[in-house]
Amino acid sequence: MIALDEDRIMLRDSAREFLTDKSPASELRRLRDTKDKDGFSRDLWRGMKDMGWTGILIDEANGGSDFGHVGMALVCEEMGRTLAASPFLSTAVMAATAIRRGGSEEQKKKWLPAISEAKAIIALAVDEGRKHAPEKTALKAEISGNAFKLNGEKSFVVDGHVADAIIVAARTEGEPGDKNGISLFLVDAKAPGISIERVIGVDSRNNARIKFENVNAVDALGVTGKGFGLLENALNAGRAGVAAELLGVAGESFDRTVVFLKERKQFGKPIGAFQALQHRAAHLFGELELLRSLVLSACVTLDKSPDAAGSIVSAAKYKACEVAKLAVSEAVQMFGGMGMTDEIDIGLFMKRARAAQELLGDAYFHADRYAQSQKF
Amino acid sequence: MPLDTFRQETREWLAQNCPPEMRKPSRGEPDICWGGRNWQFHSNDQKIWLERMASKGWTVPMWPKEYGGGGLSREEEKILREEMRAINARSPLESFGIWMLGPALLHFGSEAQKKEYLPPIARGEIRWCQGYSEPGAGSDLASLQTKAEDKGDHFLVNGQKIWTSYADKADWIFCLVRTDPAAPKHKGISFVLFDMTTKGVTTKPILLISGKSPFCETFFENVKVPKANLVGTLNDGWTIAKYLLTHERASIGSGLSLAGMRSLPAEAIKSFGRDASGRLDNPFVREEVIRAEIDGRALLATIERYRAEAKAGQGVGAKSAILKYAGTELNKRRYEAFMTIGGSDALEWESARSDEGTLAREWLRTKANSIEGGTSEIMLGIVAKRILDLPEA
Repeated sequence: MIALDEDRIMLRDSAREFLTDKSPASELRRLRDTKDKDGFSRDLWRGMKDMGWTGILIDEANGGSDFGHVGMALVCEEMGRTLAASPFLSTAVMAATAIRRGGSEEQKKKWLPAISEAKAIIALAVDEGRKHAPEKTALKAEISGNAFKLNGEKSFVVDGHVADAIIVAARTEGEPGDKNGISLFLVDAKAPGISIERVIGVDSRNNARIKFENVNAVDALGVTGKGFGLLENALNAGRAGVAAELLGVAGESFDRTVVFLKERKQFGKPIGAFQALQHRAAHLFGELELLRSLVLSACVTLDKSPDAAGSIVSAAKYKACEVAKLAVSEAVQMFGGMGMTDEIDIGLFMKRARAAQELLGDAYFHADRYAQSQKF
Repeated sequence: MPLDTFRQETREWLAQNCPPEMRKPSRGEPDICWGGRNWQFHSNDQKIWLERMASKGWTVPMWPKEYGGGGLSREEEKILREEMRAINARSPLESFGIWMLGPALLHFGSEAQKKEYLPPIARGEIRWCQGYSEPGAGSDLASLQTKAEDKGDHFLVNGQKIWTSYADKADWIFCLVRTDPAAPKHKGISFVLFDMTTKGVTTKPILLISGKSPFCETFFENVKVPKANLVGTLNDGWTIAKYLLTHERASIGSGLSLAGMRSLPAEAIKSFGRDASGRLDNPFVREEVIRAEIDGRALLATIERYRAEAKAGQGVGAKSAILKYAGTELNKRRYEAFMTIGGSDALEWESARSDEGTLAREWLRTKANSIEGGTSEIMLGIVAKRILDLPEA
């Protein structure tokens, strides 16, 4: 385990400064209320490029800054704190990981610099049913000449509505439920046969439902039929990122609640002087500390030995879901009636926490996966 | 010395010097060596192991050599721990002297006090106990009433302590006493040391629900304590008390999460077996167990993170209250799960099969975890005030 060194503290502080300035929670309101056509700001995305974040998991030879997963998590946490909407998770974390780990030299040369330069948005299409279950992939990829034909449907594809390309998890062999027989394909989002339906979520963030009808796929990522490990690599990086974002969402709503406890007066004193609330706040602070350690530990492992990170990543995502759920519920309760209004931001944190819990596997999914990793 | 050379030499020394019996898994309390004047070694191997480790200063690896320590750096100490774990070596000595008084003396003691008291702790010759709580001063510790009157060359101590761990087996006590009854409660307390064989000291074990008596009532009637036995400044003992409590809380929180604990998953599989997919054949128990396992891992990661942050000069301080709170509450949860999972076996109290009710007694013992060294509620209050800066209740 590590303490943050100076470089990382600087990264965190500059992320906090940048996001507080360029993308505070009011920016999410603006995107929501103006019914923005993308659901995120392309200016902000270019700003993230200038900060070196788009290439945060990409090697320097391909234009990246290569700060690693610990750095990624610090940025995600700050994004959680300001509810910043951007294609960071889909593109800079998951797609970058899939291509860096599984791509051919040609694929890397084509896509990694484009991601680093914020010239390509790439979505990862995995889920099909309403719950995250990668091994249940059913979308079919059948050989047809020297290409594959993709047929099926994907859901909850984050940034699918603005993607230039899509990494699709498809089944080339076996049955849904088999880890073997899953392949990853890179397809152009405008390829014939792809129809994309934008879905705006409860958190005012965007994903897509995508239909594939006889879509031509020639660009396999990694070895066909053996894509599950690579998919897991990409998903684990994403899960750690979401866990870090949840730490930020929970941490920020907690900090705002503590400020409120000191300001709000009832019965002639600040409500934070009441032990009933003090103890709940203190308990929550402890939970946030525990979560922070798991997120950090998961990212240290992802940096050192990514293929062995599945279990600690699941521990972190599980805990992130539980702690964030508690943090935002307590925030609304302690803010009282005000917590129920759209006027203050607490509700926005609660909505994002709900969506991020679901994203890439909820607490039950990860508890089960952690148990399986312990042969339990 | 380069660290890999140190590792190599440590490994060789341990291989040659750790007796076979000291490499068997410890059963916990019955296998601990506490040391002290009246200590009866459980075996010759236990005695040899203590002597050999003490000769290297490795009973207290990071204390300076001149006080009986090993003078190791943090990195070296970590290597020593790892190499001991690798051969399953037991700890040669545990004591309140090592955990609590030693660190306090290193911090607040005079040179003469360090020279006099630290080496016997390191060699396991003197066993210490802690005189803090009183019948009327539990959570409100600073209201303690045991008084020490200035009688020229000595203090005259009168009063009563309670929950004094192993007072009946200890040789010396470090004790909080009131030296200025007129001052505000935090400002009139001093920290003194005295021999438990001094005239006027008596102890009486307290029978607990576990059937054991690790704690005592301790009475002082006109006990003469030399002035030289005052640690730190007169009437400023609360500073030392707070320092020690912080230390104690961190070690209670950390101690509970050490390896060698009972395994919940293994016990659950014994009771319920697995289903066709290899999962525990009881989804409710499986969920409860795995939640506790993940929380245990989170606690360990937090202990390690705080350690790394303290080393990097990033303040930790009041955060020990979090380790104490989270660690003790988790331990209680785990033992409730062990009792449920163990079924009727876990209820056995007087039977050879249960080793005289070991599990049930441990379960009952855990209930004290969130009371001793500051209750969970006190810990939450510390977090609320010192970290969150919430107003006085």
